Amino acid sequence: MSNLKNTQLSLESKKRLLKEMLFGRRFEERCYEAYVERKIGGFLHLYSGEEACAYGILDAARPGNDYVITSYRDHIHAIKSGTDPKRLMAELYGKVTGCCKGLGGSMHIFDVDKHFMGGYALVGGPFPLAAGIAKGIQMKKGEQICICFLGDAANNQGTFHESLNMAKLWNLPVLYVCENNLYGIGTRIDRSTAVVDQYKRVSGYNIPSRQVDGQDIEKVYAAAVEAIDYVRSGNGPYFLELMTYRYRGHSMSDSNAYRSKSEERIWGKRDPIITLRDRLIEAGEFSQEEYQTMDAEILDEIESEVIKFAEESPEPPKEMLAKYVLAENDPYVTGGRR
Amino acid sequence: MSETNLVEAVNKALAWELDHDKDVVLLGEDIGLNGGVFRATDGLQSKFGEQRVIDTPLAETLIVGMAVGLASQGIRAVVEIQFMGFIYSTIDNMISHATRMRNRTRGRLTCPMVLRAPYGGGIHAPEHHSESTEAIFAHMPGIRVVIPSSPLRAYGLLLASIRDPDPVVFLEPKRIYRLQKESIEEAGVALPLDVCFTLREGDDITLVSWGAMVHETLQAAEKLAEQNISAEVIDVATIKPLDMKTILASVEKTGRCVIVHEAARTCGVGSEIAAQLAEFGLTFLLAPVQRVSGYDTIMPLYRLENYYMPSVEQILSAANAALEYA
Ligand SMILES: Cc1ncc(C[n+]2csc(CCOP(=O)(O)OP(=O)(O)O)c2C)c(N)n1
Ligand SMILES: [Mg+2]
Repeated sequence: MSNLKNTQLSLESKKRLLKEMLFGRRFEERCYEAYVERKIGGFLHLYSGEEACAYGILDAARPGNDYVITSYRDHIHAIKSGTDPKRLMAELYGKVTGCCKGLGGSMHIFDVDKHFMGGYALVGGPFPLAAGIAKGIQMKKGEQICICFLGDAANNQGTFHESLNMAKLWNLPVLYVCENNLYGIGTRIDRSTAVVDQYKRVSGYNIPSRQVDGQDIEKVYAAAVEAIDYVRSGNGPYFLELMTYRYRGHSMSDSNAYRSKSEERIWGKRDPIITLRDRLIEAGEFSQEEYQTMDAEILDEIESEVIKFAEESPEPPKEMLAKYVLAENDPYVTGGRR
Repeated sequence: MSETNLVEAVNKALAWELDHDKDVVLLGEDIGLNGGVFRATDGLQSKFGEQRVIDTPLAETLIVGMAVGLASQGIRAVVEIQFMGFIYSTIDNMISHATRMRNRTRGRLTCPMVLRAPYGGGIHAPEHHSESTEAIFAHMPGIRVVIPSSPLRAYGLLLASIRDPDPVVFLEPKRIYRLQKESIEEAGVALPLDVCFTLREGDDITLVSWGAMVHETLQAAEKLAEQNISAEVIDVATIKPLDMKTILASVEKTGRCVIVHEAARTCGVGSEIAAQLAEFGLTFLLAPVQRVSGYDTIMPLYRLENYYMPSVEQILSAANAALEYA
């Protein structure tokens, strides 16, 4: 193994991450409102409560250069990969200025320039794609790794096991991150899964794995630094299980009726943003006033820039319906040699 | 008798069969405790227990493979896939095993299972959550594909599908899950499979459709009636095997036909109907068969959805093209 990097976040990084996480939270709360106002249509899956997972892992990676792939709960992973929040919001609004020209929406975010290789509606779909991306990196002798974020329930798909086997057999540069929020829609993990601890499930593939508190960004970051270092050094795949909780229903149409209020309260007390903020305040490095200013600035930016951009952008023209299905003017269609 | 919408009719048919056939079980993700993402199985687990209404892990390939195994044991599994777009991984087990159980055992065993899924657009979601890919299943030998277009037909056809000894793909047009209520007598009376339903009689033109598009098609017929054109409206209902007898008899009478479906055009079920009209109805066709369909494109997000979905206006202009043909 190469030299281990520092697994501690600097004070500066902590403050920055606090701001980033708060931005992510406020961004998604605004999505919620826009959905209720019917500005956003289709399905909307929010990440509120789970922010420390994506921000903690990707802060230890090289966002925009490393490849990231995930599920439909994908807004924050895209933002942290470098997608412009304005273009992301415009995408949710179905506007042509969106990062997928307004044709994909919330569940199908893609930002090729930022190596954000997609949100996917099909649960378990990204596992093999991630292995393939990692194989591609390996073949091209790239420095990047692929990071695949998926939920706990997704691990019951066959693709999970098929991908882990291949990833280890070929020692692919892929980090699988399981965001274990204890539920797949309304089905609690112990009702669907024989082995509840997800990190144990990969031991059969001889892949190193760890379970980490996903509500504490410092712990997530520290685990991510080690895992990413392991993968980037050519040792093969790694699996991190982050224990977390989503505050909202599975999607906007889910009322959360299957969870107890006391369970929600317990997890609510372990909020990743509040935890980090209070730690900084306790250490005398930050104040409640500074936090409020930060929050106000974020809210203002979201309203005056992000939402404004989405609202004012035009809808995609009708002709786009026929585009992007097959290549237009494809020279190889007529045959001949390359 | 009670006033029932389409999704409640599905629920009632499932309840009836669970109650009257101890070999019927339901399998699916979130169908038990949570009553299903569209609430089609609401209340059934508390009534029939966890052994009959079974919550499965998130694993479509497994669920359908197990349904085939169960079927070989005489257990009738009714599987729910949450959206038709999640069905593709099950196609392997459907094509490779479900459709062939009868053939492989030379009739000793059959595969009495039902694969239910909500399908079709109109709920503002792109891709998997809105597409209509019924033709994929219709292409497979050894399977039935059934699509109801009203609460009454959902109730009667689902009962028939569960009782049928062969595998049935039962697609529920989710756009009209709650559109309309009909009074349903909960007496467990099935409707026939493999036959079309003539919803409106007419002499001038035949409009053929299925699923949610039946409603736009009926509206188009109403508009045509205002112009003194009498349109016959046929709900195909079982799209495989196709009841061409009914369609041919109607077109023999009218001489003109418009086929309406939401699915992409190329190799859609409309192609098969048009081909058979050409094969067996050429002598009585007075105009080329018209098709109104979705486009050969990926189902888009909601801003463009309206352009994708066939409209009453499109049906009318296709009907006029057929009527005006010399
Ligand atoms: C193949 C497939 N099956 C079912 C669904 C419906 N569905 C969407 S999310 C979900 C639960 C996924 O849970 P998990 O993997 O734990 O991720 P979380 O939503 O908790 O982040 C289900 C069943 C789907 N989108 N794709
Ligand atoms: Mg989960």
